[in-house]
Amino acid sequence: MKYVDEFRQRDLAQQLAAAIRQAVNPDRRYNLMEFCGGHTHAIFRYGVQDLMPANVKFVHGPGCPVCVLPIGRIDNAIQLVEQHDVILCTYGDMLRVPASGRKSLLRVKASGADIRMVYSTQDALRIARDNPGRQVVFFAIGFETTTPPTAVAIKQAHAEGLDNFSVFCNHVLTPAAIQNILESPEVRAMGSVSIDGFFGPSHVSSIIGSRPYEFFAEEFQRPVVIAGFEPLDVMQSALMLIRQLNEGRHEVENEYTRVVTREGNLKAQSLVAEVFELRRSFEWRGLGLVPYSALQVKGSFAGLDAERRFDMPAISASDVKGCECPSILRGVKRPTDCKLFGTVCTPDNPMGSCMVSSEGACAAYWSYGRFRQPEMPDSEESAA
Amino acid sequence: MNAVVKRFPVRLDIRRGTVDMTHGSGGRAMAQLIDELFVKHLDNELLRQANDQAMFAVPAGRMVMSTDGHVISPLFFPGGDIGSLAVHGTINDVVMSGARPLYLAAGFILEEGFPLADLERVVASMGRAASAAGVPVVTGDTKVVERGMGDGIFITTTGVGMVPAGVDISGDRARPGDAVLVSGSLGDHGVAIMSSRENLEFETRIESDSAALHGLVADMVAAVPAIHCLRDPTRGGLATTLNELTRQSGVGMVLQEDAIPVKPEVTAACELLGLDPLYVANEGKLVCICRQQDAARILAAMQAHPLGRQAAIIGAVVEDRHGFVQMQTSFGGSRIVDWLAGEQLPRIC
Repeated sequence: MKYVDEFRQRDLAQQLAAAIRQAVNPDRRYNLMEFCGGHTHAIFRYGVQDLMPANVKFVHGPGCPVCVLPIGRIDNAIQLVEQHDVILCTYGDMLRVPASGRKSLLRVKASGADIRMVYSTQDALRIARDNPGRQVVFFAIGFETTTPPTAVAIKQAHAEGLDNFSVFCNHVLTPAAIQNILESPEVRAMGSVSIDGFFGPSHVSSIIGSRPYEFFAEEFQRPVVIAGFEPLDVMQSALMLIRQLNEGRHEVENEYTRVVTREGNLKAQSLVAEVFELRRSFEWRGLGLVPYSALQVKGSFAGLDAERRFDMPAISASDVKGCECPSILRGVKRPTDCKLFGTVCTPDNPMGSCMVSSEGACAAYWSYGRFRQPEMPDSEESAA
Repeated sequence: MNAVVKRFPVRLDIRRGTVDMTHGSGGRAMAQLIDELFVKHLDNELLRQANDQAMFAVPAGRMVMSTDGHVISPLFFPGGDIGSLAVHGTINDVVMSGARPLYLAAGFILEEGFPLADLERVVASMGRAASAAGVPVVTGDTKVVERGMGDGIFITTTGVGMVPAGVDISGDRARPGDAVLVSGSLGDHGVAIMSSRENLEFETRIESDSAALHGLVADMVAAVPAIHCLRDPTRGGLATTLNELTRQSGVGMVLQEDAIPVKPEVTAACELLGLDPLYVANEGKLVCICRQQDAARILAAMQAHPLGRQAAIIGAVVEDRHGFVQMQTSFGGSRIVDWLAGEQLPRIC
C-alpha cells in the first residue's frame, strides 16, 4: 500500500534501532511521553518497544479523546436522549464508555434510546435532514483534528436553516493539556514522575502547526518532536528526542514534515475561530479543571449549541473506585499499576475510559502487550 | 378428457408483489408461494414430496449437524447475497469436521412488505449455490412477521453430513509443534460488506469470498486424514478463530505477520476505516492445524484447489498456559493478537 508500507519497513526499523542503540547514553534514562493515543496504538501494534534499548521508555499521555472526557459529560449525553428524546449521533468509540449508574450509551441504546453511530458530521447532518420532526444532536468530541469538520457542520446547518440540528461540543485543545501535565506537582515539584521529552501529535499538528509547542519547550525545557503515526515515524522521532536530550537542547523539531508546517492549516484555523470560542475552563478526566483548554459554540451560532438549546446542567461525577485512569492519563502510573487492570477491567467490560478506545493506554497494554507481564491473568479468563 | 385443474388460477405476481401476512398463514397463499417460488428454485426429489420433513437413508458411521442464522445487511453485496451465504455458511460449518455434506434445511423469516422480486433473487441464488455444491435443500419453513418486526429477510439453515472413517478433527486437538495454515487472503468478505453499507460506501473491487469449502476440505482430508483442527474464520476474523482454538486446546500460538495473506485493497480499506484485517470476517476461508511433518503435504493439496491457491503456513502452535496468540510483526516487534472486544461491525453474516 503506497505511502503507508514505506513507513513500516522492517530493514529501516532495524537500521533505526541500531542508530538509537548507538546514540543512547547508558548512564541516563529517556522517558518519552507520546501525547497521542495514535502513537500509543502504533507503539503497541507494531511492537516498537521491542526495538528500543531498556533505558528508553514510552510514557503514555492523555491524547485519547474518548479517555479524557469526564463521566459527567457522558451523563449529560445520556440525559439528552432519556429526557429530551433526541436522536444522538456519536462516533463509535463513545458508545462503550462507562457513565454513572452503570450506564453507557450502548446500554441506553439497547433499552430503546435513539443513538446512531456515525462516521462523520455529514452523516449527522443527513440524519437531521431526514428527520425534520426530531431533534438531532451531534456528540462532538476530539482534539483539534476533529474540530474543523464540526465547524463545517455547524456552518452548513446554519446556512440551511436546519433548526432541528445542534452540537454538544466537547472539543478540547492539546497545548493546554500538555502544559497542564508539565505544571502538575508530580512532574514539576515532586519529581516523582519524569518526562524528559515529548512526541508531539501528528494529526493535531497538521491543523495547529508546530508553533504552539514552542512556548512550553522553552518554558519547561523539554524537547518536543512532532511525530507521524507510523512506526518508523515514532522511531525516527525517538532518535531525534534522544539526540536533543544528549545535547541538552529543548527545541521543537518536526519529524512529520510531509504533513505538518510551523503555521499549520490556516484555513481550518480560521474556520474554527469563526464558529468556536475558548471556554474559561473545562474538566478533563485525569487532569481536572484545565483553564482555556476547550472550545464552545460562539454566540453567533448559539442556536446550534445543544448545551444552550436543552439547558444542559454541569454534572460532576466521580470515577469508579480504584480506577487509575486519572493517574494513567497524566503518565504518573502505568496501566499495570491499577488494581482493576485485567481483573475486573478488560476491553470486554471496561471500568475506565482508558480501557475502551484502542487508543487508550490500558486497552493497548491489554490487547497487544500483556504477554510481557507474566503475572497477568490469561486469555481464557478474559474471554469468560 | 382429463383437464388438469391449476392449483392457483392466478400466478404469483413476483415482479410487483410483496410478502404479506397470508404468506405465512399456512393457507393457500403460503402453498402458492412455496410452489411458485421456493420449490421452483430449490427443486429436488425430497422437497417435491412436500412433507413436513425429508426422509432419507444414511450410511453407517458418524454424522455431523450444524445450524446457522443469517441476518446480513445489506442483503445483496459484491460477490454474493444472503441466499448464497446461507448455503455456504452452513455447508462450511458442517465440513469443518472433515465431513462430506449431504442435505440442508432452510427456515425463512420474512417481513411483511418484502418485495417478492427480492425474495426470488435470494431463493434463486440459494438454489444455484446448493446445486453447485451438490447439497440440496430438502425441507424448509416460512414465517412472516409484521412490518417493522424484521429486516426484510432472515434465513436459518441447518446441514447434515457424514464424517469419513479415520478422520478426527476437533478444536481441542492443537498440540505444541503443530503448524497453522490459512487457505487464502483474509478480510475480503467483511470489506465487501462494508463497501456496500449505506453510510460507508467506498469504491473497491473487493468481492466477498463467500464459497462452499467442501471440495477443498475433501482434498485436504484425502491428502492428510490426520488433520487436527479445521475452522472457518467468520465473525471476528482470523484473530478470534485462533483464540478459540488456543482456548479449546489449552495451547498458545506464534504467528508471522509477514506470512499472513491479505490483499492490498483490503489492507487499504481497513487502514481507512481503522480496522485490523485479522478481525474482519471471511466466508470462504479456513484455518487448518496439523502436525509439522504433514504441513507441506497439506499446503500442496490446498494450493492445488481453486479455493486454496493463496494458502500459506502462518505460524506454529506453542506451549503457553496463558493461551496467548502472539505475533512477530512485519515491523520486527511482537504483540498479542487478542480476542475481538465489542464488535467491529454488526450484521455481516
